[in-house]
Amino acid sequence: MPVIRTLIKKRFLPVHFVILSFLVISCQSKKGEYAIISLEQSISQIPDSIDFSFHIKPILSDRCFVCHGPDKNAVEGGLSLNKPEDAYAAIGENKDRYAIIPGDLEKSELIKRIFEDDPTLKMPPPESNLILSDYEKELLKKWVEQGAVYKKHWAFVPPVSPAVPIIENDEWSQNEIDKFIQEKLNLQGFSPSKKAAKEQLVRRAFFSIAGLPPSVDQVNAFIKDTSKNAYEKIVDSLLNTTAYAEYMAADWMDVARYADTHGYQDDFERTMWPWRDWVIHAFEKNMPYNEFVTYQLAGDMLSNATKESILATGFNRNHKITAEGGVIPEEYRIEYVEDRTNTFSTAFLGMTMECARCHDHKYDPLSQKEHFQLFGFFNNIDEKGLMANAQEIPKPYIIVSKEDKEGVLNFVNMTKNPEQKVEVMVMRDMPVQRETFVLNRGVYDQPSEQVFPATPEAILPFPDNFPKNRLGLSKWLFHEKNPLTARVAVNRIWQRMFGKGLVESSYDFGNQGALPSHPELLDFLAVKFMKEGWDVKQIMKYMVLSSTYQQSSHITEEMQELDPENTYLARASRLRLSAEMIRDQALKISGLLNEEVGGPSVKPYQPEGIWEETTGGGGGSTSTYVQSEGEDLYRKSLYTFWKRTVPPPTMMTFDASSRDLCTVKRQETNTPLQALVLLNDPQLIEAARALAYKAIDASGKEPLNQIGYVFQNATSRKPNEEELKILHNLYLDTFEKIKAGEVVTDEYLSIGEFSTDMEVSSDHLTALALTAHTILNLDETISRG
Amino acid sequence: MSEKKIIADNAINMNRRSFLGKSALGVGGMALGSLLGCNFYQKEGSLITKADNPMGIKGILNSPHHPAKIKRVIYLFQSGGPSQLELFDYKPLLNQRRGEDLPESIRNGQRLTGMTSGQDKFPLVGSNFGFQQHGKNGTWISDLLPYTAKMVDELCIVKSMYTEAINHDPAVTFFQTGSQQPGRPSIGSWLSYGLGSENENLPSFTVLLSRGTGRPNGQPLYTRLWGNGFLHSLHQGVQFRAAKDPVLYLNDPKGISKETKRSILDNLAVLNEKQYKEFGDEEIQSRIAQYEMAYRMQTSVPEVMNTENEPDYIYKMYGADAKIPGTYAANCLLARRLAEQDVRFIQLYHMGWDQHDNLPSAIEKQAKDVDQASAALVADLKQRGMLEDTLVVWGGEFGRTNYSQGLLTDTNYGRDHHPRCFTMWMAGGGIKPGFVYGETDEFGYNIVDNPVHVHDFQATLLHLLGIDHERLTYKYQGRRFRLTDVEGHLVKDILA
Repeated sequence: MPVIRTLIKKRFLPVHFVILSFLVISCQSKKGEYAIISLEQSISQIPDSIDFSFHIKPILSDRCFVCHGPDKNAVEGGLSLNKPEDAYAAIGENKDRYAIIPGDLEKSELIKRIFEDDPTLKMPPPESNLILSDYEKELLKKWVEQGAVYKKHWAFVPPVSPAVPIIENDEWSQNEIDKFIQEKLNLQGFSPSKKAAKEQLVRRAFFSIAGLPPSVDQVNAFIKDTSKNAYEKIVDSLLNTTAYAEYMAADWMDVARYADTHGYQDDFERTMWPWRDWVIHAFEKNMPYNEFVTYQLAGDMLSNATKESILATGFNRNHKITAEGGVIPEEYRIEYVEDRTNTFSTAFLGMTMECARCHDHKYDPLSQKEHFQLFGFFNNIDEKGLMANAQEIPKPYIIVSKEDKEGVLNFVNMTKNPEQKVEVMVMRDMPVQRETFVLNRGVYDQPSEQVFPATPEAILPFPDNFPKNRLGLSKWLFHEKNPLTARVAVNRIWQRMFGKGLVESSYDFGNQGALPSHPELLDFLAVKFMKEGWDVKQIMKYMVLSSTYQQSSHITEEMQELDPENTYLARASRLRLSAEMIRDQALKISGLLNEEVGGPSVKPYQPEGIWEETTGGGGGSTSTYVQSEGEDLYRKSLYTFWKRTVPPPTMMTFDASSRDLCTVKRQETNTPLQALVLLNDPQLIEAARALAYKAIDASGKEPLNQIGYVFQNATSRKPNEEELKILHNLYLDTFEKIKAGEVVTDEYLSIGEFSTDMEVSSDHLTALALTAHTILNLDETISRG
Repeated sequence: MSEKKIIADNAINMNRRSFLGKSALGVGGMALGSLLGCNFYQKEGSLITKADNPMGIKGILNSPHHPAKIKRVIYLFQSGGPSQLELFDYKPLLNQRRGEDLPESIRNGQRLTGMTSGQDKFPLVGSNFGFQQHGKNGTWISDLLPYTAKMVDELCIVKSMYTEAINHDPAVTFFQTGSQQPGRPSIGSWLSYGLGSENENLPSFTVLLSRGTGRPNGQPLYTRLWGNGFLHSLHQGVQFRAAKDPVLYLNDPKGISKETKRSILDNLAVLNEKQYKEFGDEEIQSRIAQYEMAYRMQTSVPEVMNTENEPDYIYKMYGADAKIPGTYAANCLLARRLAEQDVRFIQLYHMGWDQHDNLPSAIEKQAKDVDQASAALVADLKQRGMLEDTLVVWGGEFGRTNYSQGLLTDTNYGRDHHPRCFTMWMAGGGIKPGFVYGETDEFGYNIVDNPVHVHDFQATLLHLLGIDHERLTYKYQGRRFRLTDVEGHLVKDILA
């Protein structure tokens, strides 16, 4: 067998050893810190029945596929382990050896080699830096013993609605979600948490649906409303707000890598905000997900295409575009098509298609040829790789004018735009298709085999009767047999509502992705979503009405040990607010928020000089930051101008995506720079001052009441006595410091442009504002329980 | 394990409970106040951050892959593409054959940028500036670099660098992240992730920018060059600025005394601690600690930025510009001060090396910006005994062509981007001093000996820090990424 042969030769012929090590090293993505991926189980915990998808494939994929996987050009020793027919096949020079003989441990070379001590025979080889734990070895052994049964990758099998578990004495469940969750909890011996306090619940619903906190009145009304459907009423009303649409749009900006600039070098301004206005509009009218996506992929190709559906195709033009003098245009044009291809794959299929650009995918059954077949769908617009100057809008584009405002594009906010018309990039195919080739190693000037638009076989072959263009691709995406689209979409909605997806790697449903924590529930939701017409609001409401969602987020020490990451959902997760929410909340509760919808992006407070110190000689509107004025300082963060090479620093500090590439999941970090922003950003200091005024106005003369008012606005609950006392003492202490001259009130009160005619003693105002600012910094304020 | 858990376990910072949560003192102002004065851990001789460092960022590597030679790196990035032909790579043939067309046999199919691909002639041009031999080995150095020339016995000059990119954005991104397309972590982020921080009061990866006088409106920079990519944002480069706010949002709001600020923080910690007791979410404890780190940065950053007490002889060494905040010279001095605080990776960017036209007059100014201070930094580190465990790197993203871009006159010419060969130098621990490595042909166009690819440079840099570049990886979207992508070979010949 070749594996053996190479290794034997290696002992005698050092030259081969060098070659082999080189091959191993030159394979990508195989080095790893073992500790990261080891399963912390002991051998005694080996399950009785081994499941390929859940126990074996993650090991094979992560530790073996780099050399024995789907990339046929990288296969070592003629052995592939990704398909049973290859894994069971005879190998070796005389075809007399077998990596796996189902049920036969003695003759299965795989088992022998993973337990081998001799470093020249051991698998994985030591130079790969990959290791199998004892537990993993035992799993593989037992799997072979039980017949080495393969299963198709779970995510490539179309979802079928599973039977809903029957739970005895079930008083907890509100809907099917809870049955699925409870079934697993019971197996683990866990129980669900009690229902969240009403204040906590209403805050949670407001943030997960509308991205804003409830007002004190809204919290109080909900507490007072004892009717059975009080909660449902709140949910319904939230889903009908424009804030809901704006928050959905904010998430979509990450997926669509939206920005107000082109993204390379001098990073000139572009005008894509009318497209963003369309996204808000689409969410507001609850456009079904399949239509929403089809508009964006192929709105220009619909038989009843309108200016609206064409505007929607701007989705595929949000990628970066270079204007750097001297680049080779074709090289960059290829990058743009790549970007569209990869965005399509990550956003809608949850697949890392970019890994198959230079060679066959190392882990998933996606060939390089299939990569370029998919690429072919996006390779047919008449675009240039290099922009000539800052003023040029890269073609193709449409013109949105003030007249359109009266017609089909009435949702575009043109009121603030200085020009009568704006040019927005869109998709428009050329009459004759551009030829597409496989590019050797993915390099723009190395075409080889010609290919035609098609989709990866392993997911779903492209039906013959579909047009081989973006419209056909959309039809394929929403084909009832497409195994990924609905799962990926509901998983992302789940991620938004619960903090992480049922498939935690919402960007990767492939072999290296996480396995679903609740596969049946995921399928149930996917099928439900499809059956109900891809109705986003409806599925979201369904999730929010579950008891699972409504649990308290308290963590007991025991559960912290047993399920620190809340995989089983025996509680609600406590989540830090997003970058947008933190700022928007401060604006909202201080009364500063300008609720205008859409229009050109705005430039709120930003530290002086941070654009200028990196600006080059290209000039243009993005070389100098010209801060917005008046009401525009207080727009929602969705409307903050996004300069890709110098993105807004406060947003980035709170884990916003850079918008360089499609992002479906943000980091959630906790850093000292976040503390600095919350303590010292003028936007928040100003909000604290405005909030102090509001508190004085709303709650009478007593500082205690004013503090309570601020606290309640910021956290959606009343402070308890102890908290109030601490804050009141802080207020009194600060008041003393002011009297003692430690605080210069005029200076502190002059931060930010906000002013009011209200007459308040500046000492009192300052002490209260500083107390309010402290409250804005509470972990609870920037979280939702 | 999920990514979040990995991050929590490996990247985050401290033993929270021993710091605050279970402290018998509780977490009131007194406790915090007293803790702030404490020295949290004793430094030992180890080059790698100890796992029990309670306050700094902990690295993912519990021990180095092999013994480290250096503790820290100061990377003097010369942005724009300095001309090797005017500075280090002496090519008298180009002066002899000035004005003759670049022979096709030498160009040999090299891809040109769109800025010169339209030229019908490629007239060779030598340096307008003289070269002299310096140091023990008689190394040729340009008259533009008199101070650097004096330090030549400390430098390891690599004349055979080459890259794959020919335009600024992809080329700088490639140097800093190992990939031409944006989105990967920067070198400093990889180091922070791998080795953690040795300083509990300052970020482990700091960035200083300056604008050159050679071409003041030259090429831009992008904050993603010091971005953390897919790594935890604790590993991002933090820009130290010559501005009112030396780190963004570092300054207290105006009008507020330190005591007022402290009392706010103390009360905040008490209230957050109560939340923790109520909800049991460990993120709250981490949040409390981050506020303390932020507070310490408010002292430590201005302290390190305040060069007032540097003696006169130091200013003499670095040059007059060192007194002007935001200049390259001032940043070199700051780099030394950050190095003294054990900041792991100190990244300078000096803009303005992109001399497509008017090269002679522009490069003269540009070289003057950096010559004295770069040399002074090496000398200063040496006199403090720090050159032994510090690596100083000097270089840009690519070189420049041996032919003139635009019109060649007796006194004037320009040079386009050239990826095939350019010069960098390094000095410090683990690197051969007084050594020239690699050679280009007599046209200064192709490498004839010992080529060093960008990934090789990166592999070597990591090696000096005790890291095997193939083994410092991060699994993201199913794939294990590393700084050197799938390439990179250690340049053993330049190791001391």
